Amino acid sequence: MGNPMTDQAYTPEKQAPTDGRAGKKPDIIRVEGMHKWYGDFHVLKDLNLTVAQGERIVICGPSGSGKSTFIRCINRLEEHQQGKIIVDDVELTDDVRQIDSVRREVGMVFQQFNLFPHLTVLENCCLSPIWVRKTPRKEAEATAMEYLERVKIPDQANKYPSQLSGGQQQRVAIARALCMKPRIMLFDEPTSALDPEMIKEVLDVMIELAGSGMTMLCVTHEMGFAKTVADRVIFMAGGEIVEQAPPHEFFSNPKEPRTQKFLEQILQH
Amino acid sequence: MKQQRIDAGPAGPVPWYDPRVRSLFFQAIAIALVFWGGWVLVDNTLSNMESRGISTGFGFLNKTAGFGIIMNLVPYDATMSYGRTFWVGLTNTLLVSAMGVVTATILGFIIGVARLSSNWLVARMALVYIEVIRNIPLLLQIFFWYFAVLRNLPSPRQSLDVGGILFLNNRGLYLPGPMPQEGFGIVWGGILLAIAAVVGIRIRARKRQLATGQIFPAFRVGLAILVFVPVVSFLVAGRPLEWDLPVLRGFNFGGGITIIPELAALWIALSLYTASFIAEIVRSGILSVSKGQTEASRALGLPNGLTLRLVVIPQAMRVIIPPLTSQYLNLVKNSSLATAIGYPDLVAVFMGTTLNQTGQAVEVVAITMAVYLTISLLISLFMNIYNRAVAIKER
Repeated sequence: MGNPMTDQAYTPEKQAPTDGRAGKKPDIIRVEGMHKWYGDFHVLKDLNLTVAQGERIVICGPSGSGKSTFIRCINRLEEHQQGKIIVDDVELTDDVRQIDSVRREVGMVFQQFNLFPHLTVLENCCLSPIWVRKTPRKEAEATAMEYLERVKIPDQANKYPSQLSGGQQQRVAIARALCMKPRIMLFDEPTSALDPEMIKEVLDVMIELAGSGMTMLCVTHEMGFAKTVADRVIFMAGGEIVEQAPPHEFFSNPKEPRTQKFLEQILQH
Repeated sequence: MKQQRIDAGPAGPVPWYDPRVRSLFFQAIAIALVFWGGWVLVDNTLSNMESRGISTGFGFLNKTAGFGIIMNLVPYDATMSYGRTFWVGLTNTLLVSAMGVVTATILGFIIGVARLSSNWLVARMALVYIEVIRNIPLLLQIFFWYFAVLRNLPSPRQSLDVGGILFLNNRGLYLPGPMPQEGFGIVWGGILLAIAAVVGIRIRARKRQLATGQIFPAFRVGLAILVFVPVVSFLVAGRPLEWDLPVLRGFNFGGGITIIPELAALWIALSLYTASFIAEIVRSGILSVSKGQTEASRALGLPNGLTLRLVVIPQAMRVIIPPLTSQYLNLVKNSSLATAIGYPDLVAVFMGTTLNQTGQAVEVVAITMAVYLTISLLISLFMNIYNRAVAIKER
């Protein structure tokens, strides 16, 4: 599908800040009037979102609300059919060079880890720096070890993913994404496939990362994480952004009835 | 402390209800039956051959064969021995098998990938190809190519003529034969030099990438060297190559290289048939790599080509190799259908004509079977070595 606005150059300075925060830090992600369809099914409806650099956003909502699809659109694992997505001053279009340049700056962590089973932990971390960033191997390995230490598993560097626990695998996946030195990190339900006792070790890493000033978009059901870390919580339902607010406001005083119902259901027990 | 007595197990059952005793008993019976059967076979054969006056042994291999063979890679004429017919048949079998393995692999990989194409037409065409070809008996396909296609080409006098150097008719495809002249050794030297240079460049490029991260276009440069160096050495040596052009003499062509229709039909049929199976193997191999792997790789910024090369194919290969080995084995064994259209392979020449003329059934069949077994085991061996190299190393 063609995008009528593809050809226009985007100049962030000329866009007036819409929410009053943009004066402090430049916007790194802008989504404007974005729609997506799967065939006839309208998955995402008129999404608008601006993310400032260093901002930490948690996206929640009932299953099937399109939240995973939404963050997958941000590095174009899914195509949108209408509207604009601009990441780090690059608009996502069909142009593969632009897509690849965005993907280099955007790290992603998946629910199912998706580590490469035929490579060791260290090789997993070095693959993209070596082939995409053209980093010398020694340097790539040193960086990888640095990040593996940050996620507290440097001793597993030469093992294969299948030899690690789920929590360890997810931490490797985070380290692998960080090795590309991305400016934005996307998390797609990073703890949903983990046993309860392993969730904490992954969340600890994510909290530490948030403390380092990384821009983060995180789809998660971990409301405790949202309360401690998020600058803003976004509630999605039926393919729309229903409500967005800072966490203290979002949890104590939700405005929309759909948000209230959702919070009631997940905070009940 | 109370001492435990280890040997005081529960009382054993009576021997004929004890599974260990039973299994020993049945194994003993099985071994006895096998030996008895073998002895009966050998004894029967020996006494029959004795009564017909057939001498056993391999002495017949030195006798004169006295029959002609339409295609030979090793020098042969009717005055040579039966041992020579064996080599002619074996080389012909190896030739068609090797040709078949190469084309079936290339074609199979292309069709297997095409089957997964997002282009509707391409994917459908691949599907139709696979379903049609693999569901028709191979023998029928060999007959089709031989009798319906190649035998129906025009006669030599009406040959399809491509530029006066290439002729196609119902007797075969006639190509000009290269005749190296004096000084052609320089060209061989150039080719060897080019290969050595390419290997050297690959190793250096790899080292350089590890050290500095620079990716050297080893493939393109290598290709250029492979073309350039032999061509230059050819020109430097003063073009020491003449061509033996096929010429129409009487009823047929002489000179040059001939690809007989029997070989062509067998080669085409074996390649197309095996390719349809290989295509399905390749497809299942690629599909066995989960979509998450591709997504993770793309999300890391690896472009499509690198994703295939570094992430998908290494994982697909471990699923592809074992069944691919079986297909290679099948192809080699299926090449024995050559007999049906008269391609002089090992079975046609050695187990056919030689066996009929000498009557040395036991020896000839044993040799032929041993040859196929050896070829198959060698293929398995090499594929297993390769498989071990690409297998996922874990645990």
